[in-house]
Amino acid sequence: MSDSINGPLLTRRALLKSSAVAGGGLVLGVNLTGCASSPPIADAGSLSPDAWLQITPDDRVIFQLDKTEMGQGVITSLPSLVAEELELDPGRIHIHLAPVHSRFQDPLQVTGGSTSIARRWEPVRQTGAAAREMLRAAAAERWDVPTAEIEVRDGVISHAASERSARYGELAEAAARQRVPQDPPLKDASAFRFIGRSVPRTDRVTKSTGEAVFGIDVGVNGAELPGLITAVVIRAPRFGAELQSFDGHTAREHPGVIDVFQISSGVAVLADGYWPARKGAEKVTARWSAGPIEHLDSASLEAAQRRALDEDSGRRVRNDGNFARAADAAERVIEAEYVVPHLAHATMEPMNCTAWMRNGTCDVWVPTQGPDIVQAVAAEAAKLPRDRVRVHSTLMGGGFGRRGIPDYAVEAVEIARLAGRPVKVVWSREDDMRHDFYRPATCNRLRAALGADGNVLGWEHRMVGPSIISNLVPDFLGALLPGWMPSGLTNVLGRAGGAVIRGRDSSSTEGAADLPYAIANVRVESLVHDPGIPVGFWRSVGHSQNAFVVESFVDEVAHAAGVDPVAFREQRLAGHPRHLATLRLAAEKADWGNPAPGRQQGVAVHASFGSYVTEIAEVSVENGRIRVHRVVCAVDCGLVVNPDIARAQMEGGIIFGLTAALKSHITLENGGVKQSNFHDYPLLRMDETPEIEVYFVDRDAPPSGVGEPGTPPIAPAVANAVYAATGQRLRRMPFTLDRA
Amino acid sequence: MIELEVNGVLREIDMPLDTPLLWVIRDGLRLAGTKFGCGMGLCGACTVHLDGQPVRSCLTPLSSAEGRRVTTIEGLGDGSSVATLHPVQQAWIEASVTQCGYCQSGQIMAAVALVDANPDPSDAEIDRALAGNLCRCGTYPRIRAAVRRAAELKRRGEAVVQTWDPAVAVAPVGGLPA
Ligand code: FES
Ligand code: FES
Repeated sequence: MSDSINGPLLTRRALLKSSAVAGGGLVLGVNLTGCASSPPIADAGSLSPDAWLQITPDDRVIFQLDKTEMGQGVITSLPSLVAEELELDPGRIHIHLAPVHSRFQDPLQVTGGSTSIARRWEPVRQTGAAAREMLRAAAAERWDVPTAEIEVRDGVISHAASERSARYGELAEAAARQRVPQDPPLKDASAFRFIGRSVPRTDRVTKSTGEAVFGIDVGVNGAELPGLITAVVIRAPRFGAELQSFDGHTAREHPGVIDVFQISSGVAVLADGYWPARKGAEKVTARWSAGPIEHLDSASLEAAQRRALDEDSGRRVRNDGNFARAADAAERVIEAEYVVPHLAHATMEPMNCTAWMRNGTCDVWVPTQGPDIVQAVAAEAAKLPRDRVRVHSTLMGGGFGRRGIPDYAVEAVEIARLAGRPVKVVWSREDDMRHDFYRPATCNRLRAALGADGNVLGWEHRMVGPSIISNLVPDFLGALLPGWMPSGLTNVLGRAGGAVIRGRDSSSTEGAADLPYAIANVRVESLVHDPGIPVGFWRSVGHSQNAFVVESFVDEVAHAAGVDPVAFREQRLAGHPRHLATLRLAAEKADWGNPAPGRQQGVAVHASFGSYVTEIAEVSVENGRIRVHRVVCAVDCGLVVNPDIARAQMEGGIIFGLTAALKSHITLENGGVKQSNFHDYPLLRMDETPEIEVYFVDRDAPPSGVGEPGTPPIAPAVANAVYAATGQRLRRMPFTLDRA
Repeated sequence: MIELEVNGVLREIDMPLDTPLLWVIRDGLRLAGTKFGCGMGLCGACTVHLDGQPVRSCLTPLSSAEGRRVTTIEGLGDGSSVATLHPVQQAWIEASVTQCGYCQSGQIMAAVALVDANPDPSDAEIDRALAGNLCRCGTYPRIRAAVRRAAELKRRGEAVVQTWDPAVAVAPVGGLPA
């Protein structure tokens, strides 16, 4: 998700506190918000719900993960941070997925924006260090020796002179009685044993044996959800269409179907399994209203965007110098228009959620990036106070921003409320493709003013598209507001908030407004045009399209100026040493200028989410087909917490971006989505995957994110390489070549 | 009532004959390792073996599996330790192939079929055998390397040596209230 909704980077220290759990050993909690609140429904004898770290008397070390795992590796990297300070092999740490708690909110308990490591870097290490110091103090007290002589290593506390030692668990209760140090000493980077090393993923075994439990698997192999049934939902064929009537009689008679009823998003069909539910749903006839955008299609949307650019100037998000004057003084002005389509997230695990309401409480098992957002909307759907809703986060079969939106959880709770038993809502791939919150389609016009000597005097970028934030806020603001606020008020505030935010949403201009090159006159303008297509955060958000637009046009300008694309960038990045370092590293590793025979190279540089990335693609074009052979990626993400996971994220980000560059797009047709499954929304496949090399710039700056920054530069790197190979400039995604 | 052999055990199934094997496995036999990704034979997440051959279980009706041998990811090894898993799984673990992990059961089943049939697959053969298995997280480079490694382990009759303790408990879902 975008930086823009996550507020300022959390650099303040966590307020550590220890909580007493009878027989629970040492429990260290955090408070990221600085304000207290009542704890959620506590399970007796369980890990204290707001604790990050617990050391039990039977010597188990438990880390409660408040971030959710969608493949990005927080389930490994965050425990490594605590393990480092606690002097313990990360493999020995038991990981629990945390419930919703206000102490984990900063300001939301959301996983996204490549922020998990950046924001947890200090507080999680502090938690481990505090536990270590409390264990040392407890040992010193028990053995009556100076604390300074106590050693802590690999789960054992020892005092060499007296040859005494104890396991962490043995001292856990005594440690819990020690004062919690608020400023425990953190290890020096030179002493790190786990940070900076490729601690293997803790989930690699269960994800290779089929044992890992994703949302869709909840209750499948256990008896813990008695009477669990499956529901599918028939949703509107067009955005904004309302259900007018439906006939569920024939469906109800289908073997295995239990019930058919209306919910807010459509018609739910409940059955004793997915297949009877799906077959039953085929027998439902539903009538829908035309809806507000019945005649909208991708071509008319694009035409409307062009008109908006013709007629309006938009909000100026950057204005250095005077572009108009630079353009007047220029020897020539080059211009181009770039268009990007809507895109679906297409996580491999379709949306799903399980809910069970009983005795005035509601349990929700959900693969989500925002458990507290789920809690807020589930409470509303359940008509219960938030503290009666327990959210159990599960592993996610991919997120990429899609699972920050809780629409599927609302469905599950609405259905469970009426069904009176546990229900799992499962979306088909078609549902998933047609009811996503899409990466926005945008249209961009760029101009560059060139002087007689080829010098770049000015740069102008004008763009039009919807605003993700104002699109989402009216529906989901509830999660941002305190729980006591009446829901009517939340809705009103939501709409008002949407209007205020509209036009100020930096997620549409990120990666464009912050053009890093030294150009004296830069003007960037953004127009909001929102026809009512649901849009959302898609891996790297605004950067995903803006890097393509900006870095492709930079390449156009370099060629127009007659300068080598790497040299052109180098000359204008003197003020941005971190960009520059990745550019030089990538150029060296890719042997820029000397591609393999029959291939051409293209380069792109882009910073996002605090990380700096250069990618160089090596492509060939044969029979009108683009083949990407090799990608060299150089990244500066500060100190690399786990090189292997970081490398995997860059590889995955590049492949995600290649799908957008080469394969897929969403087409609107009659106010709905044309594509339905992987035959018409194809993903990059193994036989199309290039060799990918990832290099890290050696830095000890605090770590930044790696989940998203790999995606933005790959499309322009490929487009620029295709230009080098064919002379064709690709200004529309996904790329198609003229068969000349 | 239909009989199938699933992971070496004879099972009687009382579900409509048109039910895809995928939903027989998940909803009927309650084995969750085989995944639903597209329901149209387009992604490979549901790959299982039928008489040793990889098939898309979402497109295989129960009727056509009658009397045949079904192997799912749960049937590959006894799971008591990494060394007892299939060489493909061992290679997957060694290389930390997985990201979200959702596609991996299908990838592994496709790779096992390949490596069992072809002791030394070339890169082109690996690409061909796995091109129908989609991974949205983009784990393809590691899958390719892990298949090569699995074939090597299998040829040599070796098991991977774990340098880190693999027995890490991950609470599968939030605990249920009493
Ligand atoms: S679910 Fe069977 S191929 Fe996708
Ligand atoms: S690992 Fe996530 S889809 Fe393959």
